[in-house]
Amino acid sequence: MDTELTQIDSVPHHENGNGAGHAEERNGRRATAEDVRRLAAVVESLLFAAGAPVPLARLAEALDGPGRAEVVAALEALAAGYERDGRGLRLVHVAGGYQLRTPPEHAPWVRRLLRERPPRLSRPMLETLAVVAYRQPCTRLEIEAVRGVDGEAVLATLSDRRLVRILGRKEAPGRPLLYGTTREFLEVFGLPDLTALPTLRELGEGAEMLAAADVTIGETAVAAPDEAPPSGEETAPAEGDG
Amino acid sequence: MSALTPTVHLGIFEGPLDLLLHLIKRNEVEITDIPIATITDQYLAMLGELPELNLDGAGEYLVMAATLMYIKSRMLLPSTGEDEEAEEDPRAELVQQLMEYQRYREVAVALGERNVLARDVFAAPGEPVDPATAGDDLGPTVRDASLGDLLDALRDVLKRITPSRVHEIEREAISLRECVQQILGRFALAGELEFTGLFDEGSDRGHVIVTFLALLELIRLRVVRARQADHFGPIVLTLALASLAEATERVRDLVDDEAWRARAEEVEDGHGADTDR
Repeated sequence: MDTELTQIDSVPHHENGNGAGHAEERNGRRATAEDVRRLAAVVESLLFAAGAPVPLARLAEALDGPGRAEVVAALEALAAGYERDGRGLRLVHVAGGYQLRTPPEHAPWVRRLLRERPPRLSRPMLETLAVVAYRQPCTRLEIEAVRGVDGEAVLATLSDRRLVRILGRKEAPGRPLLYGTTREFLEVFGLPDLTALPTLRELGEGAEMLAAADVTIGETAVAAPDEAPPSGEETAPAEGDG
Repeated sequence: MSALTPTVHLGIFEGPLDLLLHLIKRNEVEITDIPIATITDQYLAMLGELPELNLDGAGEYLVMAATLMYIKSRMLLPSTGEDEEAEEDPRAELVQQLMEYQRYREVAVALGERNVLARDVFAAPGEPVDPATAGDDLGPTVRDASLGDLLDALRDVLKRITPSRVHEIEREAISLRECVQQILGRFALAGELEFTGLFDEGSDRGHVIVTFLALLELIRLRVVRARQADHFGPIVLTLALASLAEATERVRDLVDDEAWRARAEEVEDGHGADTDR
Protein backbone atom coordinates (compact mmCIF):
# COMPACT_ATOMS: atom_id res chain seq x y z
CA MET A 1 0.00 0.00 0.00
CA ASP A 2 2.67 2.40 1.07
CA THR A 3 4.86 1.84 -1.94
CA GLU A 4 1.95 1.85 -4.30
CA LEU A 5 0.95 5.30 -3.16
CA THR A 6 4.43 6.68 -3.38
CA GLN A 7 4.32 5.48 -6.94
CA ILE A 8 1.10 7.28 -7.62
CA ASP A 9 2.58 10.31 -6.08
CA SER A 10 5.54 10.38 -8.37
CA VAL A 11 4.19 8.87 -11.52
CA PRO A 12 5.35 11.15 -14.31
CA HIS A 13 8.99 12.21 -14.14
CA HIS A 14 9.03 14.03 -10.88
CA GLU A 15 12.03 16.25 -10.41
CA ASN A 16 11.62 17.02 -6.74
CA GLY A 17 12.83 14.73 -4.02
CA ASN A 18 10.19 12.44 -2.64
CA GLY A 19 9.79 14.39 0.56
CA ALA A 20 9.15 17.71 -1.11
CA GLY A 21 6.26 16.15 -3.02
CA HIS A 22 2.90 17.72 -2.46
CA ALA A 23 3.79 21.18 -1.29
CA GLU A 24 5.52 21.64 -4.59
CA GLU A 25 2.51 20.37 -6.43
CA ARG A 26 1.50 23.68 -7.95
CA ASN A 27 4.96 24.73 -9.01
CA GLY A 28 5.98 21.36 -10.28
CA ARG A 29 3.79 18.95 -12.11
CA ARG A 30 0.05 18.90 -11.75
CA ALA A 31 -1.63 15.78 -10.54
CA THR A 32 -2.82 13.96 -13.62
CA ALA A 33 -6.34 12.64 -14.02
CA GLU A 34 -4.85 9.18 -13.69
CA ASP A 35 -3.31 10.06 -10.31
CA VAL A 36 -6.62 11.33 -9.03
CA ARG A 37 -8.44 8.29 -10.35
CA ARG A 38 -6.07 5.89 -8.63
CA LEU A 39 -6.13 7.82 -5.38
CA ALA A 40 -9.93 7.91 -5.54
CA ALA A 41 -9.96 4.12 -5.83
CA VAL A 42 -7.84 3.78 -2.69
CA VAL A 43 -10.05 6.27 -0.86
CA GLU A 44 -13.05 4.19 -1.94
CA SER A 45 -11.46 1.12 -0.36
CA LEU A 46 -10.79 2.99 2.87
CA LEU A 47 -14.34 4.28 3.11
CA PHE A 48 -15.78 0.86 2.31
CA ALA A 49 -13.67 -0.82 4.97
CA ALA A 50 -14.48 1.78 7.62
CA GLY A 51 -18.26 1.80 7.20
CA ALA A 52 -18.56 4.73 9.61
CA PRO A 53 -17.70 8.29 8.51
CA VAL A 54 -13.95 8.84 8.25
CA PRO A 55 -12.53 12.31 8.98
CA LEU A 56 -10.36 13.83 6.26
CA ALA A 57 -7.34 13.86 8.57
CA ARG A 58 -7.63 10.13 9.11
CA LEU A 59 -7.90 9.49 5.38
CA ALA A 60 -4.77 11.57 4.77
CA GLU A 61 -3.01 9.75 7.58
CA ALA A 62 -3.91 6.32 6.22
CA LEU A 63 -2.89 7.28 2.71
CA ASP A 64 0.43 8.45 4.09
CA GLY A 65 1.68 10.60 1.28
CA PRO A 66 -0.85 12.66 -0.61
CA GLY A 67 -1.67 16.03 0.93
CA ARG A 68 -5.12 17.05 2.06
CA ALA A 69 -5.86 18.94 -1.13
CA GLU A 70 -5.15 15.81 -3.15
CA VAL A 71 -7.33 13.69 -0.90
CA VAL A 72 -10.14 16.22 -1.29
CA ALA A 73 -9.70 16.11 -5.07
CA ALA A 74 -9.88 12.31 -4.93
CA LEU A 75 -13.04 12.48 -2.79
CA GLU A 76 -14.61 14.87 -5.26
CA ALA A 77 -13.68 12.61 -8.16
CA LEU A 78 -15.14 9.62 -6.35
CA ALA A 79 -18.39 11.45 -5.56
CA ALA A 80 -18.69 12.76 -9.12
CA GLY A 81 -18.07 9.27 -10.51
CA TYR A 82 -20.86 7.75 -8.43
CA GLU A 83 -23.28 10.40 -9.62
CA ARG A 84 -22.21 10.33 -13.22
CA ASP A 85 -22.34 6.58 -13.63
CA GLY A 86 -25.53 6.20 -11.63
CA ARG A 87 -23.85 3.80 -9.25
CA GLY A 88 -25.39 2.24 -6.16
CA LEU A 89 -23.38 4.32 -3.74
CA ARG A 90 -23.05 7.97 -2.87
CA LEU A 91 -20.24 9.71 -1.05
CA VAL A 92 -21.56 11.94 1.71
CA HIS A 93 -19.90 14.42 4.04
CA VAL A 94 -21.43 13.62 7.39
CA ALA A 95 -20.63 13.96 11.10
CA GLY A 96 -17.23 15.44 10.43
CA GLY A 97 -16.20 12.71 8.01
CA TYR A 98 -16.84 11.00 4.71
CA GLN A 99 -19.00 7.95 4.26
CA LEU A 100 -20.39 5.73 1.54
CA ARG A 101 -24.14 5.46 1.59
CA THR A 102 -26.81 4.08 -0.66
CA PRO A 103 -28.82 6.61 -2.66
CA PRO A 104 -32.31 7.27 -1.27
CA GLU A 105 -34.01 5.92 -4.38
CA HIS A 106 -32.65 2.46 -3.61
CA ALA A 107 -34.15 2.43 -0.12
CA PRO A 108 -37.10 0.10 -0.91
CA TRP A 109 -34.80 -2.72 -2.02
CA VAL A 110 -32.29 -2.28 0.76
CA ARG A 111 -35.05 -2.24 3.34
CA ARG A 112 -36.54 -5.43 1.96
CA LEU A 113 -33.15 -7.10 2.12
CA LEU A 114 -32.35 -6.04 5.67
CA ARG A 115 -35.89 -6.74 6.90
CA GLU A 116 -35.56 -4.03 9.48
CA ARG A 117 -38.23 -1.56 10.19
CA PRO A 118 -37.02 1.97 9.55
CA PRO A 119 -36.44 3.94 12.75
CA ARG A 120 -39.50 5.86 13.78
CA LEU A 121 -39.10 9.60 14.05
CA SER A 122 -42.30 11.05 15.45
CA ARG A 123 -43.16 14.72 15.42
CA PRO A 124 -42.51 15.16 19.14
CA MET A 125 -39.10 13.57 18.63
CA LEU A 126 -38.25 15.80 15.69
CA GLU A 127 -39.45 18.93 17.47
CA THR A 128 -37.47 18.11 20.57
CA LEU A 129 -34.39 17.38 18.49
CA ALA A 130 -34.81 20.71 16.72
CA VAL A 131 -34.91 22.58 20.01
CA VAL A 132 -31.97 20.67 21.49
CA ALA A 133 -29.90 21.07 18.32
CA TYR A 134 -30.22 24.86 18.32
CA ARG A 135 -30.17 25.58 22.02
CA GLN A 136 -27.76 23.03 23.43
CA PRO A 137 -26.76 22.69 26.11
CA CYS A 138 -30.32 23.07 27.31
CA THR A 139 -32.53 21.73 30.06
CA ARG A 140 -35.78 19.85 29.76
CA LEU A 141 -37.60 22.91 31.07
CA GLU A 142 -36.28 25.06 28.25
CA ILE A 143 -37.44 22.50 25.70
CA GLU A 144 -40.85 22.34 27.30
CA ALA A 145 -41.13 26.12 27.32
CA VAL A 146 -40.62 26.22 23.57
CA ARG A 147 -42.88 23.30 22.72
CA GLY A 148 -45.55 24.03 25.33
CA VAL A 149 -45.84 20.37 26.31
CA ASP A 150 -44.22 17.90 28.67
CA GLY A 151 -41.03 16.48 27.25
CA GLU A 152 -39.76 13.87 29.65
CA ALA A 153 -40.82 10.75 27.75
CA VAL A 154 -39.59 12.09 24.43
CA LEU A 155 -36.20 12.95 25.90
CA ALA A 156 -35.92 9.46 27.33
CA THR A 157 -36.65 7.96 23.91
CA LEU A 158 -34.14 10.23 22.24
CA SER A 159 -31.50 9.35 24.84
CA ASP A 160 -32.20 5.67 24.25
CA ARG A 161 -31.74 6.18 20.54
CA ARG A 162 -28.56 8.12 21.29
CA LEU A 163 -29.78 11.14 19.40
CA VAL A 164 -29.36 13.31 22.47
CA ARG A 165 -27.15 12.88 25.47
CA ILE A 166 -26.69 14.37 28.89
CA LEU A 167 -23.86 16.87 28.82
CA GLY A 168 -23.86 17.72 32.48
CA ARG A 169 -25.84 19.68 34.97
CA LYS A 170 -26.75 23.32 34.92
CA GLU A 171 -25.47 25.41 37.78
CA ALA A 172 -28.96 26.49 38.70
CA PRO A 173 -31.46 25.59 41.41
CA GLY A 174 -32.15 21.89 41.27
CA ARG A 175 -29.07 21.38 39.10
CA PRO A 176 -31.14 20.25 36.11
CA LEU A 177 -29.60 17.99 33.49
CA LEU A 178 -28.33 19.59 30.32
CA TYR A 179 -28.93 17.91 26.99
CA GLY A 180 -27.16 18.14 23.67
CA THR A 181 -27.18 16.34 20.35
CA THR A 182 -24.78 13.52 19.54
CA ARG A 183 -22.59 12.42 16.67
CA GLU A 184 -25.35 9.89 15.90
CA PHE A 185 -27.74 12.80 15.46
CA LEU A 186 -25.51 14.19 12.72
CA GLU A 187 -25.18 10.74 11.17
CA VAL A 188 -28.87 9.95 11.19
CA PHE A 189 -29.81 13.25 9.58
CA GLY A 190 -26.83 13.32 7.25
CA LEU A 191 -25.40 16.57 8.58
CA PRO A 192 -21.67 17.34 8.29
CA ASP A 193 -21.83 19.35 11.52
CA LEU A 194 -24.20 21.50 13.56
CA THR A 195 -23.52 24.59 11.49
CA ALA A 196 -25.10 22.78 8.54
CA LEU A 197 -28.50 23.25 10.14
CA PRO A 198 -30.45 26.05 8.53
CA THR A 199 -30.43 29.16 10.64
CA LEU A 200 -33.71 29.94 12.29
CA ARG A 201 -33.66 33.28 10.53
CA GLU A 202 -33.69 31.56 7.15
CA LEU A 203 -36.70 29.60 8.24
CA GLY A 204 -38.63 32.56 9.62
CA GLU A 205 -41.62 33.72 7.65
CA GLY A 206 -40.81 37.21 6.48
CA ALA A 207 -37.59 38.77 7.55
CA GLU A 208 -38.95 42.13 8.64
CA MET A 209 -41.56 40.54 10.82
CA LEU A 210 -38.86 38.55 12.49
CA ALA A 211 -36.63 41.54 12.90
CA ALA A 212 -39.43 43.55 14.45
CA ALA A 213 -40.57 40.88 16.85
CA ASP A 214 -37.46 39.40 18.39
CA VAL A 215 -34.13 39.79 16.77
CA THR A 216 -32.45 38.23 19.74
CA ILE A 217 -33.96 34.81 19.22
CA GLY A 218 -32.71 34.71 15.69
CA GLU A 219 -29.32 35.93 16.77
CA THR A 220 -28.78 33.45 19.54
CA ALA A 221 -30.07 30.61 17.46
CA VAL A 222 -27.72 31.44 14.63
CA ALA A 223 -24.82 31.60 17.01
CA ALA A 224 -25.75 28.57 19.04
CA PRO A 225 -24.75 25.79 16.63
CA ASP A 226 -21.29 27.30 16.22
CA GLU A 227 -20.71 27.79 19.86
CA ALA A 228 -22.11 24.60 21.14
CA PRO A 229 -20.47 21.50 19.85
CA PRO A 230 -21.66 18.94 22.35
CA SER A 231 -18.55 19.13 24.46
CA GLY A 232 -20.05 19.85 27.84
CA GLU A 233 -16.93 21.86 28.46
CA GLU A 234 -18.58 24.84 30.07
CA THR A 235 -21.07 22.76 31.96
CA ALA A 236 -20.58 21.12 35.26
CA PRO A 237 -19.76 17.44 35.09
CA ALA A 238 -22.69 15.46 36.38
CA GLU A 239 -20.56 13.31 38.57
CA GLY A 240 -17.07 13.47 39.95
CA ASP A 241 -15.11 16.39 41.22
CA GLY A 242 -16.93 19.44 42.42
CA MET B 1 -70.28 21.80 17.86
CA SER B 2 -69.35 19.91 14.73
CA ALA B 3 -71.50 22.36 12.80
CA LEU B 4 -69.19 25.18 13.79
CA THR B 5 -65.85 23.46 13.63
CA PRO B 6 -64.64 20.70 11.40
CA THR B 7 -64.11 17.62 13.46
CA VAL B 8 -60.43 17.50 14.22
CA HIS B 9 -59.09 15.35 16.97
CA LEU B 10 -56.86 17.07 19.44
CA GLY B 11 -54.70 14.00 19.33
CA ILE B 12 -53.21 15.11 16.06
CA PHE B 13 -51.79 18.24 17.65
CA GLU B 14 -48.51 18.32 19.47
CA GLY B 15 -49.79 20.71 22.09
CA PRO B 16 -51.58 24.01 22.60
CA LEU B 17 -49.11 25.98 20.49
CA ASP B 18 -49.50 23.56 17.60
CA LEU B 19 -53.28 23.84 17.86
CA LEU B 20 -53.11 27.64 17.94
CA LEU B 21 -50.93 27.74 14.86
CA HIS B 22 -53.43 25.50 13.13
CA LEU B 23 -56.29 27.86 13.99
CA ILE B 24 -54.29 30.89 12.88
CA LYS B 25 -53.57 29.24 9.57
CA ARG B 26 -57.17 28.11 9.09
CA ASN B 27 -58.46 31.62 9.71
CA GLU B 28 -55.87 33.02 7.35
CA VAL B 29 -54.78 35.67 9.80
CA GLU B 30 -51.38 37.10 10.59
CA ILE B 31 -49.61 35.58 13.52
CA THR B 32 -48.66 39.09 14.65
CA ASP B 33 -52.26 40.28 14.59
CA ILE B 34 -54.33 37.47 16.02
CA PRO B 35 -58.07 38.18 16.29
CA ILE B 36 -57.96 37.01 19.85
CA ALA B 37 -61.72 36.73 20.42
CA THR B 38 -62.28 34.52 17.38
CA ILE B 39 -59.27 32.36 18.03
CA THR B 40 -60.14 31.96 21.70
CA ASP B 41 -63.66 30.84 20.85
CA GLN B 42 -62.43 28.32 18.33
CA TYR B 43 -59.74 27.12 20.67
CA LEU B 44 -62.29 26.49 23.42
CA ALA B 45 -64.57 24.74 20.97
CA MET B 46 -61.74 22.39 20.01
CA LEU B 47 -61.01 21.79 23.65
CA GLY B 48 -64.63 20.76 24.10
CA GLU B 49 -63.95 17.88 21.76
CA LEU B 50 -61.62 16.27 24.20
CA PRO B 51 -63.36 12.95 24.76
CA GLU B 52 -62.73 13.09 28.47
CA LEU B 53 -60.66 15.25 30.66
CA ASN B 54 -57.38 13.46 30.72
CA LEU B 55 -55.48 15.72 33.05
CA ASP B 56 -52.10 14.57 31.86
CA GLY B 57 -52.64 15.64 28.30
CA ALA B 58 -55.28 18.30 28.76
CA GLY B 59 -53.49 20.31 31.42
CA GLU B 60 -51.31 22.11 28.94
CA TYR B 61 -54.32 22.91 26.75
CA LEU B 62 -56.24 24.26 29.72
CA VAL B 63 -53.39 26.54 30.77
CA MET B 64 -53.37 27.98 27.26
CA ALA B 65 -57.14 28.44 27.38
CA ALA B 66 -56.73 30.49 30.53
CA THR B 67 -53.99 32.56 28.92
CA LEU B 68 -56.15 33.23 25.89
CA MET B 69 -59.08 34.33 27.99
CA TYR B 70 -56.84 36.58 30.04
CA ILE B 71 -55.48 38.21 26.88
CA LYS B 72 -58.99 38.58 25.52
CA SER B 73 -60.13 40.36 28.66
CA ARG B 74 -57.16 42.71 28.55
CA MET B 75 -57.88 43.50 24.92
CA LEU B 76 -61.38 44.54 25.92
CA LEU B 77 -60.12 47.12 28.39
CA PRO B 78 -60.30 50.61 26.91
CA SER B 79 -56.96 52.09 26.04
CA THR B 80 -55.88 54.94 28.28
CA GLY B 81 -55.31 56.94 25.14
CA GLU B 82 -52.06 58.54 26.16
CA ASP B 83 -48.75 56.88 25.54
CA GLU B 84 -50.12 54.49 22.97
CA GLU B 85 -46.61 53.65 21.83
CA ALA B 86 -45.41 52.48 25.19
CA GLU B 87 -48.50 50.44 25.86
CA GLU B 88 -47.71 46.82 25.34
CA ASP B 89 -49.92 44.66 23.21
CA PRO B 90 -51.34 42.03 25.56
CA ARG B 91 -50.73 39.49 22.82
CA ALA B 92 -47.02 40.24 22.49
CA GLU B 93 -45.74 37.44 24.66
CA LEU B 94 -47.96 34.83 23.08
CA VAL B 95 -47.04 36.03 19.60
CA GLN B 96 -43.38 35.70 20.42
CA GLN B 97 -43.89 32.21 21.82
CA LEU B 98 -45.87 31.15 18.78
CA MET B 99 -43.30 32.48 16.36
CA GLU B 100 -40.50 30.78 18.17
CA TYR B 101 -42.35 27.49 18.26
CA GLN B 102 -43.23 27.85 14.61
CA ARG B 103 -39.58 28.16 13.65
CA TYR B 104 -38.60 25.04 15.57
CA ARG B 105 -41.55 23.24 14.06
CA GLU B 106 -40.21 24.12 10.65
CA VAL B 107 -36.79 22.81 11.61
CA ALA B 108 -38.49 19.61 12.78
CA VAL B 109 -40.23 19.23 9.43
CA ALA B 110 -36.97 19.92 7.61
CA LEU B 111 -35.19 17.28 9.71
CA GLY B 112 -37.90 14.74 9.03
CA GLU B 113 -37.62 15.34 5.31
CA ARG B 114 -33.91 14.70 5.21
CA ASN B 115 -32.50 11.43 3.99
CA VAL B 116 -32.53 9.62 7.27
CA LEU B 117 -29.96 6.91 7.90
CA ALA B 118 -31.47 3.41 8.03
CA ARG B 119 -34.72 4.76 6.57
CA ASP B 120 -33.82 6.43 3.28
CA VAL B 121 -30.11 5.81 3.03
CA PHE B 122 -27.94 3.00 4.32
CA ALA B 123 -24.31 2.57 5.23
CA ALA B 124 -22.21 -0.46 6.01
CA PRO B 125 -21.90 -1.12 9.73
CA GLY B 126 -18.68 0.10 11.24
CA GLU B 127 -17.19 1.30 14.47
CA PRO B 128 -16.94 5.09 14.79
CA VAL B 129 -13.62 6.37 13.51
CA ASP B 130 -11.65 8.43 15.98
CA PRO B 131 -11.03 11.84 14.41
CA ALA B 132 -7.63 12.17 16.08
CA THR B 133 -4.69 11.30 13.88
CA ALA B 134 -1.48 9.73 15.08
CA GLY B 135 0.13 13.10 14.41
CA ASP B 136 -1.74 14.98 17.07
CA ASP B 137 -1.52 12.12 19.51
CA LEU B 138 -0.01 14.01 22.39
CA GLY B 139 -1.94 11.79 24.71
CA PRO B 140 -5.69 11.74 24.45
CA THR B 141 -7.58 14.52 26.16
CA VAL B 142 -8.95 12.44 28.97
CA ARG B 143 -11.71 13.96 31.03
CA ASP B 144 -13.87 12.77 33.85
CA ALA B 145 -16.72 10.69 32.55
CA SER B 146 -20.06 12.35 33.21
CA LEU B 147 -23.15 10.61 34.47
CA GLY B 148 -24.35 10.64 30.88
CA ASP B 149 -21.24 8.83 29.70
CA LEU B 150 -21.69 6.19 32.37
CA LEU B 151 -25.34 5.73 31.47
CA ASP B 152 -24.43 5.37 27.80
CA ALA B 153 -21.90 2.72 28.73
CA LEU B 154 -24.43 0.93 30.94
CA ARG B 155 -26.93 0.92 28.09
CA ASP B 156 -24.34 -0.81 25.91
CA VAL B 157 -23.66 -3.43 28.55
CA LEU B 158 -27.36 -4.13 29.01
CA LYS B 159 -27.77 -4.50 25.28
CA ARG B 160 -24.93 -6.97 25.08
CA ILE B 161 -25.68 -9.31 27.95
CA THR B 162 -27.49 -12.44 26.95
CA PRO B 163 -31.00 -12.79 28.27
CA SER B 164 -31.03 -15.26 31.12
CA ARG B 165 -32.13 -18.71 30.12
CA VAL B 166 -35.63 -19.77 30.92
CA HIS B 167 -34.76 -22.79 33.02
CA GLU B 168 -32.88 -20.75 35.57
CA ILE B 169 -35.29 -20.34 38.39
CA GLU B 170 -32.81 -19.71 41.12
CA ARG B 171 -32.11 -16.08 41.50
CA GLU B 172 -28.91 -15.05 43.08
CA ALA B 173 -29.54 -12.18 45.39
CA ILE B 174 -26.74 -9.67 45.21
CA SER B 175 -26.45 -6.81 47.58
CA LEU B 176 -24.98 -3.48 46.76
CA ARG B 177 -22.46 -4.05 49.49
CA GLU B 178 -21.18 -7.22 47.86
CA CYS B 179 -20.87 -5.42 44.60
CA VAL B 180 -18.89 -2.59 46.13
CA GLN B 181 -16.49 -5.13 47.54
CA GLN B 182 -16.35 -7.02 44.26
CA ILE B 183 -15.37 -3.88 42.40
CA LEU B 184 -12.70 -3.02 44.94
CA GLY B 185 -11.49 -6.59 44.74
CA ARG B 186 -10.82 -6.12 41.07
CA PHE B 187 -8.63 -3.16 41.79
CA ALA B 188 -6.44 -5.46 43.87
CA LEU B 189 -5.54 -7.23 40.63
CA ALA B 190 -5.28 -4.26 38.29
CA GLY B 191 -4.70 -0.58 38.80
CA GLU B 192 -6.97 0.28 35.90
CA LEU B 193 -10.23 -1.28 34.88
CA GLU B 194 -12.30 -0.85 31.81
CA PHE B 195 -15.92 -0.08 32.56
CA THR B 196 -17.24 -2.98 30.52
CA GLY B 197 -14.79 -5.30 32.29
CA LEU B 198 -16.91 -5.00 35.43
CA PHE B 199 -19.67 -6.96 33.79
CA ASP B 200 -19.28 -10.64 33.04
CA GLU B 201 -20.80 -12.09 29.92
CA GLY B 202 -23.20 -14.23 31.88
CA SER B 203 -24.46 -11.52 34.24
CA ASP B 204 -28.16 -10.92 34.36
CA ARG B 205 -29.72 -7.50 34.26
CA GLY B 206 -30.17 -7.35 38.00
CA HIS B 207 -26.52 -7.99 38.62
CA VAL B 208 -25.47 -5.45 36.01
CA ILE B 209 -27.65 -2.76 37.49
CA VAL B 210 -26.57 -3.38 41.08
CA THR B 211 -22.95 -3.33 39.95
CA PHE B 212 -23.59 -0.06 38.18
CA LEU B 213 -25.20 1.45 41.29
CA ALA B 214 -22.24 0.28 43.35
CA LEU B 215 -19.92 1.99 40.90
CA LEU B 216 -21.90 5.23 41.10
CA GLU B 217 -21.64 5.06 44.86
CA LEU B 218 -17.87 4.54 44.69
CA ILE B 219 -17.57 7.51 42.36
CA ARG B 220 -19.71 9.64 44.63
CA LEU B 221 -17.51 8.80 47.57
CA ARG B 222 -14.48 9.67 45.43
CA VAL B 223 -13.04 6.21 45.88
CA VAL B 224 -13.10 5.50 42.17
CA ARG B 225 -12.58 7.84 39.29
CA ALA B 226 -14.16 7.28 35.87
CA ARG B 227 -12.47 8.84 32.91
CA GLN B 228 -13.10 8.84 29.21
CA ALA B 229 -10.99 10.02 26.29
CA ASP B 230 -13.87 10.68 23.92
CA HIS B 231 -17.63 10.43 23.82
CA PHE B 232 -18.78 6.83 23.61
CA GLY B 233 -15.15 5.77 23.95
CA PRO B 234 -14.08 3.30 26.59
CA ILE B 235 -14.47 4.49 30.18
CA VAL B 236 -11.46 3.75 32.33
CA LEU B 237 -11.81 3.34 36.06
CA THR B 238 -9.00 4.04 38.46
CA LEU B 239 -8.74 4.21 42.21
CA ALA B 240 -8.93 7.82 43.31
CA LEU B 241 -7.15 7.02 46.54
CA ALA B 242 -3.54 6.16 47.15
CA SER B 243 -4.08 2.59 48.22
CA LEU B 244 -6.66 -0.11 48.25
CA ALA B 245 -6.48 -0.16 52.02
CA GLU B 246 -7.53 3.46 52.13
CA ALA B 247 -10.37 2.71 49.74
CA THR B 248 -11.57 -0.17 51.86
CA GLU B 249 -11.44 2.11 54.87
CA ARG B 250 -13.54 4.74 53.16
CA VAL B 251 -16.28 2.33 52.14
CA ARG B 252 -16.37 0.59 55.49
CA ASP B 253 -19.04 2.86 56.85
CA LEU B 254 -20.88 2.53 53.62
CA VAL B 255 -21.00 -1.21 53.53
CA ASP B 256 -22.48 -1.14 56.96
CA ASP B 257 -26.07 -2.15 56.57
CA GLU B 258 -27.25 0.47 59.01
CA ALA B 259 -25.73 3.24 57.00
CA TRP B 260 -27.40 1.96 53.87
CA ARG B 261 -30.78 1.89 55.45
CA ALA B 262 -30.35 5.41 56.74
CA ARG B 263 -29.30 6.57 53.34
CA ALA B 264 -32.18 4.85 51.62
CA GLU B 265 -34.60 6.63 53.94
CA GLU B 266 -32.88 9.90 53.32
CA VAL B 267 -33.34 9.46 49.61
CA GLU B 268 -36.95 8.53 50.04
CA ASP B 269 -37.53 11.71 52.02
CA GLY B 270 -36.21 13.63 49.09
CA HIS B 271 -33.18 14.90 50.96
CA GLY B 272 -30.81 12.63 49.13
CA ALA B 273 -27.68 14.22 47.81
CA ASP B 274 -26.86 14.01 44.13
CA THR B 275 -27.51 10.36 43.57
CA ASP B 276 -31.24 10.33 43.96
CA ARG B 277 -32.03 11.29 40.41
